[in-house]
Amino acid sequence: MLFLTRAEHFNAAHKLFHPGWSQEKNEQVFGPCANENWHGHNYDLFVTVKGQADPETGMLIDAKKLSGIIRERVIEGLDHKNLNLDVPYLKDKLCSAENLTVAIWQQLEPHLPAGVQLHCIKLNETPRIHVEYFGS
Amino acid sequence: MENKVSVFRREHFNAAHRLFVAEWDDDKNQEVFGKCSNPNYHGHNYDLEVKITGIPDPKTGYVIDLKKLSNIIRSQVLEQFDHRNLNLDTPFFRELNPTAENIAVVIYGLLRKHISPALDLRVRLYETDRNFVEYPA
Repeated sequence: MLFLTRAEHFNAAHKLFHPGWSQEKNEQVFGPCANENWHGHNYDLFVTVKGQADPETGMLIDAKKLSGIIRERVIEGLDHKNLNLDVPYLKDKLCSAENLTVAIWQQLEPHLPAGVQLHCIKLNETPRIHVEYFGS
Repeated sequence: MENKVSVFRREHFNAAHRLFVAEWDDDKNQEVFGKCSNPNYHGHNYDLEVKITGIPDPKTGYVIDLKKLSNIIRSQVLEQFDHRNLNLDTPFFRELNPTAENIAVVIYGLLRKHISPALDLRVRLYETDRNFVEYPA
């Protein structure tokens, strides 16, 4: 089994805010991440796929093609956006890095070519905070 | 030759912002600033490098105590910028566009008054890994 990872990035605003809680409780649980006017991050996204190398090309998948899929299905919808306001598939979700990795998985998986499986979505919210999702 | 040494402190803050000129319509803002003018804001992990240049103190060997410098940066800059919306939550960008250039100049101004005039100050701000600015140039 071969694993190939493509790195992309996007810059976005977000806040962590539970609509059913008071501002006080949100601040108590989420701290400065609950700022009502949002804050932001440069997110680094690492998409790992797995499969076998094609005997003719030697490639699991053309990395440029994989980049095109990630850009179209994920980056264009997230880059320079407000994750809470601008992204339909995050509308009723808490925009934590954890929920974001799951949502990105769901956006990408149906669009991978035959023989190529999604293995891991890794998201760096900051250089010190990383989340990984390996599917359910 | 004077034995001047430069010391650096790196800090970071995570903030939302939007680039736009209030007098322009949406189309013109979009044309000039592209995606950076998203009316709902976007954000960055900003990396800040503060450079202090001077002659090391003959007793302590310090140009400046870097812990004290960190505290100055934290109290004068990070507490106002970290996890904030630069356009909405700070007084500096109500009418000034929060480009990396303008943010660096503002940060310089905030720090300059707390650093001895005998020391040179320079600020470098990374908006992303590939885009960074320095002031004074």
